[in-house]
Amino acid sequence: MSSDIALQAIDLVKHFSTGSSGVLGRATNIVQAVDGVSFILPVGKTLGIVGESGCGKSTLARLVTRLIDPSSGSVFLDGVDITTLSGKALREMRRKLQIIFQDPYSSLNPRHSIGQIIGDPMRIQGIVTKSNEKKEVQDLMQRVGLNPEHYNRYPHEFSGGQRQRIGIARALSLRPSVIVADEPVSALDVSIQAQILNLLENLQKDLGLSFVFIAHDLSVVRHIADQVAVMYLGKIVEVGDSATVYNSPAHPYTKALLSAVPVANPSLRNSAKRIRLVGDVPSAIDPPSGCRFRTRCWKATDLCEAVEPPLQADATGRVVACHFPEEAPISVG
Amino acid sequence: MSQDVVLSVKNLSVVFHTPDGDVVAVNDVSFDLRRGETLGIVGESGSGKSVTASSILRLNNSNTATTTGSIVVSGVDVLTAQDSEVRRIRGSEVAMIFQDPLSALNPYYTVGKQIAEAYLVHHPRASKADARGVTLDMLKKVGIPSPEKRIDEFPHQFSGGMRQRIVIAIALINNPKVLIADEPTTALDVTVQAQILDLMKNLQSEFNMAIVLITHDLGVIAETALDVLVMYGGRIVEKSTVEALFSEPTHPYAWGLLGAVTSLGTSDRGELVAITGSPPSLISLPAGCSFNPRCSYALEICSAQVPLLRSVGTQGSVTACHLPKDEILTFGRKAASR
Repeated sequence: MSSDIALQAIDLVKHFSTGSSGVLGRATNIVQAVDGVSFILPVGKTLGIVGESGCGKSTLARLVTRLIDPSSGSVFLDGVDITTLSGKALREMRRKLQIIFQDPYSSLNPRHSIGQIIGDPMRIQGIVTKSNEKKEVQDLMQRVGLNPEHYNRYPHEFSGGQRQRIGIARALSLRPSVIVADEPVSALDVSIQAQILNLLENLQKDLGLSFVFIAHDLSVVRHIADQVAVMYLGKIVEVGDSATVYNSPAHPYTKALLSAVPVANPSLRNSAKRIRLVGDVPSAIDPPSGCRFRTRCWKATDLCEAVEPPLQADATGRVVACHFPEEAPISVG
Repeated sequence: MSQDVVLSVKNLSVVFHTPDGDVVAVNDVSFDLRRGETLGIVGESGSGKSVTASSILRLNNSNTATTTGSIVVSGVDVLTAQDSEVRRIRGSEVAMIFQDPLSALNPYYTVGKQIAEAYLVHHPRASKADARGVTLDMLKKVGIPSPEKRIDEFPHQFSGGMRQRIVIAIALINNPKVLIADEPTTALDVTVQAQILDLMKNLQSEFNMAIVLITHDLGVIAETALDVLVMYGGRIVEKSTVEALFSEPTHPYAWGLLGAVTSLGTSDRGELVAITGSPPSLISLPAGCSFNPRCSYALEICSAQVPLLRSVGTQGSVTACHLPKDEILTFGRKAASR
C-alpha cells in the first residue's frame, strides 16, 4: 500500500440486531447501518462525509476508530488492518487515530479537571512524564486557544465553543496522524462554529493531520473538505473532489440534497431551481431492493428496482453509484 | 395603528429572577407585524429570541419572570388581559410551533384527537364528527398522505418531518392571524426542512397569516423572511428588510454573522471571518453596547453608553451602533460583498 494513504476502509459492513429477541435469543430485525463502505483518505487531506440522519455516518465514524467492531470489512491505518488488532498493538493504534465528538457537553467527564482530561491520555500512553505533564498540557491548551491558567477548571465552567476546544486538545494530546471528527461544530452557534473550523484548518496545516470530517451541514463540509463522500442508507452513493461533487453532482440524491440547502442570499430566492424530494428516508431495517434511493428518485425505472448500481468512476475521477447519473453541471448559489 | 398590523410589540422587556441574580433576557424590544408578512428573528443562543416569542403568548411564568411593555393583538394587550381572553387569543389569533415536534405532541393520544382538541377548545358547540371532518381537511392541507388512515395513528408512528406537519396542523386548525415558529426546521434534515419551509409558505398565502420565524440559520432567513430583527444580548441591534441585511448590513454583529457563514458556492478555502469570544452571559452583560468586547470597531463610547436604534443607510435599516453612519455603510457593504 502506498505510503501517502492515511486511512483506508474496505467494504465496511455493520449490521445491528434489534427488536425483541425470542425465547431462543433470535433477533427479529437487522439494521443495516453501514453496508459496504470503502474510502481512501490521503495524508494531510480532509475527507468529508455527508448525509441525512440515519444514513450511517456516525456508525462509520465509530467503525473506523474501532470504537465498535465491524460485521465485516477492514480498516487500514499505516498499512495495518486495525480491525484485527488487540492488546498492545491496539493501544498504539488508538494513539494514532483520535475522535472528536459532536456534543461538547456529554463528551467531557464533568468530574475531571481540564488538566486531567487532556493530561491523562498523555500519561497513559507514556508521551509525558509526571514532571513535564503540566507544561505539555498547557502548551496544548494555548495551541487550541484556551487560557493555560484554566488548567484546574472543570468542564461546566466553559462555554460550548471552549469545551469543543478541550475535546480537540484531548484528541491532539496523543499526537495522532488521523482525526475523525463526528459533527464537531453542529452543536455550536454560527460565530463559534467559524472559530472552530478555522482552528481545525490551522492545526491541519501546522501538524499535517488527516481528517475524516462527518457533518450533515453541506456548506460546512464544502468549506473544509478536499474530498466528499455522500452517504444514503448505509452506502456511499457518490464520492469525489469537493469542487466536482458540489459544482456538478452526478447522483440524483446529491443533486437534491444540494438544492435543498437554503442559500444565504435573498436575491436568489426564486431563481434557483429546486428539487423537492418526496417522503422520508426508508428504514434501514428493510431497505429498498436495487438502488436504495429509488423510492424517492424522480428518475427511477424497473432497472433501479432490480439491479443495485455499482460505484463507477467517471472521466473526472468522481465515483458514483447510479444507473442514470446526471450529466449537465448545475450551478450552485 | 394601521389596519394591517396584526401584532404590535412595544418596549417589551422580560426579566427572570434567578438565585444568581436577575437575568434581563429581553430588553426594550419593539416591532410591528403586518398581515401576510414574515418577520425573521435571528440571533445566537441566549440572544432573547425565544423568550420574545413565548412572551407574545404570555407563556413566561409570572412567578419567576417580570414582563413589561405591551403586546397588542387585535386591540387586546396580551400582557394585561384577563386569563380567559388570553386563552381565546392562544390558538385562534396567535399560534405557535416549536423546534422539537416529538416533545410538542402527546405520545398517549392519536394525532387526530390532538388536532381535534385544538379545534374543539375554540368551537365548543361543534360535534365530534364535525371536528373529525375539519381535522381530516387540515391533514390533507399539511400534506399527510392517506389522512383517513393516519388520523388514528400515534405520534411515534410518524417521521420527524411528518410530526412537524401534525404540529403545524394543530397550530393552523383555528385559522390564526399570526403563526410563531420557533426554530421549526432546526431538528429536521435538510431535504425535509425544504419540504416544511415550502409548506409554511403555501399555507401562509392560503390563510393570509403573518409568521414570526425564529432561527439561527441565515439561509432560512434569506429564503423566507421579508423583514429581519437581529438580536444580541436581549436587544434588537438591527432591524432591516432581508435584502438590506444581506446587501447593506448595518451592525458589526451582523457583519460578523455574514462572515462566519459557510456557503455552498465558495470554492476557495479562505479563512472564515470568525467573531472572536463568545456570547455574553445575560446575568453580567458588558456595560454599554453588549457586543463591544467582541467588536473590532469598538470606540470608547461603546463601553460607556448603550447605543439607541437609529435609522442608517439607504434601505430603511435601523441599527444600534455608535459608529458614524458613513463608516457603517462602508464596512457594511464590504461585509456583504465578502
